[in-house]
Amino acid sequence: MPEASTQKAYRLHLMVCAGTGCVSNHAFDIKTALEAEIRKRGLENEAIVVPTGCNGFCERGPILVVQPGDIFYQQIAVKDVPHLVEEHFLKGRPVARLMYVPPAEKAPIPVLADIPFFKKQVLVALRNRGLIDPEKIEESIARDGYKAMAKALTEMKPEAILSEIALSGLRGRGGAGFPTGLKWQLVRNAPSSNGGAKYIVCNGDEGDPGAFMDRSILEADPHSVIEGMVIGAKAIGATAGFVYVRNEYPLAVARLGKALDQAREYGLLGEDILDSGFDFDIQIKRGAGAFVCGEETALIASIEGRLGEPRPRPPYPAQSGLWGQPTCINNVETWANVPVIIDRGSGWFAGIGTETSKGTKVFSLVGKINNTGLVEVPMGISLREIIYDIGGGIPGGKAFKAVQTGGPSGGCIPREQIDLPIDYESLSAAGSMMGSGGMVVMDEDTCMVDVARYFLSFTHEESCGKCTPCREGTKAMLDVLTRITEGKGSAGDLALLEDLAQGIKDSALCGLGKTAPNPVLTTLRYFRDEYETHIRDKKCPARVCRQLNVYTIDPGTCLEKGKGCGVCRRNCASDAISGEKGRAHDVLQDRCIKCGVCADVCAFGAVQVS
Amino acid sequence: MPKLTIDELAKTRDRVRGTLAIREGGEFRAKVNVHMGTCGIAAGARAVMSALMDEVASREVRDVLLTTSGCAGLCSQEPMMTVELSGRAPVKYVNLNAAKAREILEKHVLGGALVGEYALGIGSERTDL
Repeated sequence: MPEASTQKAYRLHLMVCAGTGCVSNHAFDIKTALEAEIRKRGLENEAIVVPTGCNGFCERGPILVVQPGDIFYQQIAVKDVPHLVEEHFLKGRPVARLMYVPPAEKAPIPVLADIPFFKKQVLVALRNRGLIDPEKIEESIARDGYKAMAKALTEMKPEAILSEIALSGLRGRGGAGFPTGLKWQLVRNAPSSNGGAKYIVCNGDEGDPGAFMDRSILEADPHSVIEGMVIGAKAIGATAGFVYVRNEYPLAVARLGKALDQAREYGLLGEDILDSGFDFDIQIKRGAGAFVCGEETALIASIEGRLGEPRPRPPYPAQSGLWGQPTCINNVETWANVPVIIDRGSGWFAGIGTETSKGTKVFSLVGKINNTGLVEVPMGISLREIIYDIGGGIPGGKAFKAVQTGGPSGGCIPREQIDLPIDYESLSAAGSMMGSGGMVVMDEDTCMVDVARYFLSFTHEESCGKCTPCREGTKAMLDVLTRITEGKGSAGDLALLEDLAQGIKDSALCGLGKTAPNPVLTTLRYFRDEYETHIRDKKCPARVCRQLNVYTIDPGTCLEKGKGCGVCRRNCASDAISGEKGRAHDVLQDRCIKCGVCADVCAFGAVQVS
Repeated sequence: MPKLTIDELAKTRDRVRGTLAIREGGEFRAKVNVHMGTCGIAAGARAVMSALMDEVASREVRDVLLTTSGCAGLCSQEPMMTVELSGRAPVKYVNLNAAKAREILEKHVLGGALVGEYALGIGSERTDL
């Protein structure tokens, strides 16, 4: 039955962000405290607390947005709740001290829409962001949920749906950017064997370090994904669908499960949907978190109950996918875009973005950036706008160095290319890729050799081991990179890395292997001098590679400021610091294991790193 | 919940959209502001708000914003409220009770006719932050 919030009118809607980020910051405690305080004040018929999906401004969580008025409260704690309820919700006086104040400014910005982080965003996939409770299907329906599906099932022929998706210019949001309309057409045209079924799959196996776009969409608006899949099913003639999602996303799994139940209850999934004669249902398949299962053939193997390993393509899943039948696999964000295109028309969608990249893209903005969070921007926007206007720049006055897009398959884009427009082609030309939308910002304190080594260690760890180039090749590259970061690099190492990279790209079985060398290749392309400094001078310019650092203690500072306090000496695990308490200390280089603890614990800045 | 038809889907959409409209801003026919300072609450402003909430719910009015603000400075004449029809100057009402509030909602907010008997005057203090 419809619940209270969808039937009863309240004068205040308190939208509490309940995405994973805010939940880990105790958002549910705040929700409970708000509800208790509202009852205590006798406001339970006037104000309702609504849990929503991710608001996006994760840096400032826990977040509460008050409607009407769009008042944005941030970093609220349970102890703030009584004051907030009395002042704002009872007496109508918004509480300035809980509002957002931009770095280096003094005046708070009360209204969400006026905050720079939100201003430049264009919401298509995240159109219901902060506006609905994802666990109430009626709230999704009120925001045009299932309207496009109704139109597709009762007014449109499959060809018309295919044509709309093709004309919209929508391309896959999961990585390579394959045109969605073309993929659907291929699956529609492919004959199923023995009169068998065709399948729809939603790929929610999001595994890139620092990426949380798909999780956030599934948590915030699962009905948009379900609706997109039903529309796709009608277009290609599928009867069953699967959402493959990581079990390490418990909130997403739970909300999607609830959404599927509600959709079935309303007859929006199942047999004879909306009396249209069309049958379709969706199951959740939970993955164990193997990165390779994001690759479509490995994902199919995993759904079928086999070991999650890729197989050679062709045949592509469009010809032979799940149980050998034609299968259409699209990413979570791609599916979430589909209903809007059908509802508002391909022309509307194609009006956003660039010549070859239409619509918007969701990014998770992380790393050395002031405004960590989830953002949706029109294609063609520049990296500068994302990093400085939306992201608020680099913390601590540090210089921007590079941004990593596309996860372990992508690459690093250097400072010189900060005006690069974000579209599929520009990112590929820069040596990186759109990927699924992870965007890791790096500042001057980041060592690019170490970054490359990190990503290689990730892909090496996640390699399924089926093909030799990936299994052995990534290990060989990782060994070279590790050697370089430890000061044991030699002159031929860069050529060796390039050779190995080319070999793996040419011969690995699947996308994981073929793209694994990209972080190394882009850092070699843009930051070759850093590699050379590590090899030739045995130095790490960013002082990240500790094996290359030399730790010394300035005797003057140690004695004058620290009075020879001895903290470094007590904390040194290898007894590499000399000097009695009250005297200047010194590092015994032959015993130093370069762990860096002395520099971390010295409160007087006497330990110098060079 | 039985299976929906296309018509029922559209009806659910329209019905729920009404209750959720205040989340999205947009156009409202009127804004009614009940002054909820300590003085207002002591004089009975909570009962005025409850009456308005009740009236709006039973009449299924979806395009009137009910809000509160602090003391308007005229504590002796509380409870007070300000009615602001879209595009018109705000009108202040004083010495209210639940019955008067219901009457103002019906005649002024929904009917467009100022209730001179309870009105203090036209205009408002500044309420911007």
